[in-house]
This record gives sequence, C-alpha cells and structure tokens, in this order.
Amino acid sequence: MQRARLAPFFMTLILFFEQLLNGVQLGVMLFLMAAGLTLVLGIMNLVNLAHGSLYMVGAYLTIAAAQWTGSYWLGVLLGLAGALVVGMIVEVVTLRALYARDHLDQVLATFGLILFFNELVAMIWGRASLYSSLPAWLQGHVELLPGSIYPVYRLVIIAVGLAVAALLWYVVTRTRLGMLIRAGASNRTMVAALGVNIRLLYTVVFGFGAALAGLAGLMAGPIYSVQPGMGELILIQVFVVIVIGGIGSIRGALVGALIVGIVDTLGRAFLKPLLGSVISPPAAEAAGPALASMLIYLLMAVVLAVRPAGLFPARG
Amino acid sequence: MIKPILAGVLAASVAFSPMAAAQQQAAAQQQKLKIGFITTMSGPQGIIGKHMKDSVELALEHLGGKVGGLPVEIVYGDDQTKPDVGVQLANDMIKRDQVDIMAGIIWSNVMMAVVPVVTGAGKIMVGTNAGASPLAGNQCNELYFSTSWNNDQSPEAMGKFLQDSGVKDLYVLAPNYQAGKDMVAGLKRYYKGNIVDEVYTKLGQQDYQAEITQLRAKNPKAVFAFYPGGMGVQFVRQYHQAGLRERIPLYTVFTVDETTLPAIKEAAVGQYEARFWSPDMDTPASKKYVGDFRKKFGYTPSFYGAQSYEGVLLIDSAVKAVKGNVKDTKAMVSALRKADYDSIRGRYQFNVNHHPIQSFYLLKAVKGGQDGAEMKIEKKIFDHHKDAYYQECRMKW
Repeated sequence: MQRARLAPFFMTLILFFEQLLNGVQLGVMLFLMAAGLTLVLGIMNLVNLAHGSLYMVGAYLTIAAAQWTGSYWLGVLLGLAGALVVGMIVEVVTLRALYARDHLDQVLATFGLILFFNELVAMIWGRASLYSSLPAWLQGHVELLPGSIYPVYRLVIIAVGLAVAALLWYVVTRTRLGMLIRAGASNRTMVAALGVNIRLLYTVVFGFGAALAGLAGLMAGPIYSVQPGMGELILIQVFVVIVIGGIGSIRGALVGALIVGIVDTLGRAFLKPLLGSVISPPAAEAAGPALASMLIYLLMAVVLAVRPAGLFPARG
Repeated sequence: MIKPILAGVLAASVAFSPMAAAQQQAAAQQQKLKIGFITTMSGPQGIIGKHMKDSVELALEHLGGKVGGLPVEIVYGDDQTKPDVGVQLANDMIKRDQVDIMAGIIWSNVMMAVVPVVTGAGKIMVGTNAGASPLAGNQCNELYFSTSWNNDQSPEAMGKFLQDSGVKDLYVLAPNYQAGKDMVAGLKRYYKGNIVDEVYTKLGQQDYQAEITQLRAKNPKAVFAFYPGGMGVQFVRQYHQAGLRERIPLYTVFTVDETTLPAIKEAAVGQYEARFWSPDMDTPASKKYVGDFRKKFGYTPSFYGAQSYEGVLLIDSAVKAVKGNVKDTKAMVSALRKADYDSIRGRYQFNVNHHPIQSFYLLKAVKGGQDGAEMKIEKKIFDHHKDAYYQECRMKW
C-alpha cells in the first residue's frame, strides 16, 4: 500500500532527474560554444558574432568529410581540423585588422562574416537542411532508471562536453599556454611587454575556440537541423552564458552554461504546471510558454544587477 | 566649354530616352506577358523558394516558353520572409517593371501585406502557398486567387482522421505564434476527443528533448504536431531518437515534406501527414509534373512547388481565354474563376472566395525513394472540402 502511494512521487522524481539530465546536455553544448567565445572576448577583447558561423562550418565539414570518406569518425576528425583551420584563417585574414578598432567596428565586420559564411555554405551545399548520419551504436537508447529511457547519443554529448571541460581546466591551469592565456586575460599589455608573441597567442586561442565551436556544431548535426544560419540560433544563448559566467572565464562559461541549460529546460518542462497551481489554468496556458522562453534573460538581468561582472569575473 | 555641351547631351538624353523607352515598352507589351513572382530565396527558408522557382521554370518549359500564347518574362523577387520587403517588391514590380499579374508568396503575413498593394493597383494576385484566413473570409477579393488552400484545412483533415479513428488521448505541440494557434484551432474543429496537453514552444526552438520527456511521461495515445521547416527536422529526428516512434504515433501537418525529407530520411518512416497532394498522386498531370521535375532538377518536388507550377498553368488558361488581352481585368477574373486547366490534384472548382474546393488525404512516410523515405497517400480524408471561412466572403459570382 505504501508503495502504491509512493509510486507517483517516484515517477515525478524520475521525470525531474531526466529533465535535469536534459538541462545538463543542453548546458554542455552551450559550454563548448561559450568556452571559445569567452576566451576571444576576454583575452583578445574582440566581439566575435561570427562564432556561430564556425559552429556551422564544423557541422557542414563533418557531414561532407563523412560522406567523402565513408567513415563517421574520419568525418569527425576532419570536421574538427577543418573548423580549426578555418578559424585560424579567419583570424589571420580579417580579425587581426580589428583588434585596435572599437567594438562597433568589430560587430559590423563579424556580422559581415556571418553573411559571408551563410551564403558560402548555401552556395556549396544548397539551402536545404542536410542529413547527418550516426554510427548504429550511437542511435539507440538505454534505460537509466526504471521507466526512464534516454538516447545514447545525448549521454555521449554530456560525456564529451565534460571531458572537454576537464581538458580545458588542465590546459588553462596546468600548462604554459594556459598561463599565457590567463595572463592575457588579466593584462594584455603586460604580457606583450614581457616579450610573448601575442599575435601567435591570439591565432592559437582563436583556432582553439573555433575547434570547440566546430565540435559543438558536429555534435549538434544529428539532433539539430544543419542549415545555413544554424549558428545564429544558438549564438544568443551563448552570449547569455558568457555574460552570466563572466567574460574571459572558462570556469564561468562552464557554470553559466550549466545554469542556463538547466534553467531553460526545467522552465520549459515545469513552469506551466507550476503556474497552473497558483493562477488559473488558462492564464498559465498563456503565460507559461512566454515566461519559459524569457527565463534565461530574466536570469541574466538578475545576475547583471547583483554581480555586473558575472559570476566568475576573469579580471579581479 | 565641355561641360555645357555635356550637360546639353545629358539633358537631351534624359528628355528623350524615357519616352522612347516607354513607347517601346508599350509596343512590346501588346505581345509580351510579365509576371511578378515573389517568394523567399535567401536564408534557411530559401529552399522553399527554390522548389517554387524550379516549378515555375518547369511550367514555362511545359508551355513551350509561352503563357497563354504570349512570350513571357518572369520577374522574381526575394521577400526574405519579411512583409515590408514583400510590399517593396510588389511596388517595384508593378510600377517599375510594369508586370501584368503577380504570383507566389509563401508566408501568410507577407501575403496579408502584399495583397492590398497588388489589388489596390488593379492587378491580379495568384497566391501559390500562403493561406491566410482573412483572405478566404471577410477580406476576400475579386483580384485575389489561391492555388493552395486555407491554413486550417490540413489540420482540419488531420483532426477528422484522428476523430474517425477513435483516438482518445491526444498530445498537441506547436510553436508559440499565430499559425501554431491556428493549426490547433483547425484540428479542434474536427477532433473532439481528449487533449492531454497543449504545448506551445518558442518559435525557432532547436531542442525538444524537454518537451519529449514530458510527453512520454503523460503517455498519450497519439501526438499531433505542427513544426514547419528546420523545426520539423529537429522535432521529428529527436522524437525518433527518443525511441517514441514505435510507441506513440506522430501525426503532423506542414512538418514532413519533400523539402525536409532529405534531412530527416529514415527517421521519418511511420510519420503521418495530412495534405491535398503528394508526389505519388495518381493523376496524369501530377505524374507529368513530378516525372519531368525529377528529370530536370534531380530531386523530388514538394507541394510548394506543385502549387507554383499550377499558378503558371492557371494564369496560362486565363490569358488564353481572353486571347492575350490581359488588360481586360474583368474578363481575366472570370476566366481564372473557371480553373480551366489540368490540375495535378485533378480538376477542381474555385469556391466563392477563389480558394480551391478540393480533397485532402492522409499521407504516410514509408521506406524508399532517393531520400530513404518518401510520402505515400494512404487514404482520402475529405472529399471536396471547403474552408471554414468562405461564408464570411461576400463576393458574388
């Protein structure tokens, strides 16, 4: 009898756990994008709207390479390498000229890059969404808890994202490159004055960020729609993440991404029923979805009001 | 010295050339038909515009490069999915390009903005996709024709099918904007069973895992969704990945079609759609259109393309009937009203509001075709179905 009474409670708990997992998975995707963007903004002081284009390039190159080689893993490898190379080329060819300019010029130029990449991709691969395949073992689902089946691929995304976070933590805190990155984030002029080749550092950091965006893009391919302009759909959320996390901070990007992912997911899942128990159901019906889609922006506003530099500001 | 001479020459050329051009144009217009065709060719939705444009080109080829016996020029315009751009294009086409007739338009909001401009200038508009309800109802217009449908009709058909098949618990999902709410309203006009939950997601949302988890917890008997374009690719794929395909059947409108199938592929197998036409439709006109389209462009056309192909055929039939005298708008309107051409859906009649009275079918995605999945007509849901708004249209003819 007790079990019968507890059953609905367990069901709700399992549902909550699964939604939490969904939130972490979304957060991890956002983190991969945010890590690169926050480094570029924090260290190079460059507002790069074209970060979403690198995400798109990663997705497209992976699909093209996988089709060309016939192997998913070669596709992944070439896609990552391609995003890295494209990122470095973009940095050397266009962004270098922008470091000394103010943010408005950077916004305009990188917005131009968005248009350029979207049209380029449309010219090469067409405007239709592309199909992105997966190896068979990634397509299944597993039963995590009784009654809670979960797609294997989403678990893999979480694992890859957390592994990248650990790797980044290691690189940033334990290696010489990481030391330079941290130094660059806190005082660029001093780093340059100490004889560090800041140009090379910038190119490496940018390429690194591009590869991470490419990784996010290639992992997004099988679940999202691979089409021109796909990068802009995720970019706004990524900016919210780095504003919440603190510009230039990897740790901030991770925490911010997880918070945004979880808040957004839980809001979409539970806000309407919660509101329904407070206000009338028809009102909740109308207010729920609207409020759920605003939630992360409200969160950002609160963070900005309480801690204007974000949760983990890079510069003390 | 040079400057005054140059100025004189310039003045002379400015004075004379437009007149000369205008005279030439007037002379040319006796023998040449100009059609302005607005669609979306840039951005993620540009794929729909491509289907439409390719279909217009195929129609011209089938007509031997002439429309109604006249040499024809199509002026294409890209509305970028924006109503203001659509209005600008319509103005340019009517005033600068002096088109005789307008056609195209994918989006209801663009159509609502453009129709007053076109009809206000006394020109005819042949809509080839958008199915805004006001234009079928109280804002119907003598000069506005549609080769497609009213927005509500496909979800009405799906609602009828779900009602008739005795589905008890239905879960409903749609993007949170006007068309999403209209689709659900259309569904509810015929589906009277229990609706477990009605979920409205953010327009353009990418990830539906949270919604899918909630849906599975409620364990409905069936799911109805409306997710056009990229949203549909994402939703259907994620639904499949969540392992729900075998457990809860998914019924959609405007979600899985030939523009999105190449990206969804096998994940679409088992999907149900309601529509007035499918590439496998067994009419001679449809077979000719689909067969030649595949041969010429190497891919399968969608209903967006089919309607645009029809738009040209409809105009052709009217121009023929008035013997090329397209300036006689009254005669053109009564010729268009006859819909006197071989339609891909079989012959149909226009309702009083200039919208087709036509049948609607249940389509199912099955294995096969170049995309790994293709739409097949399962059964007819509605025969000679009229939209829900024509009684509000006060046109008499």
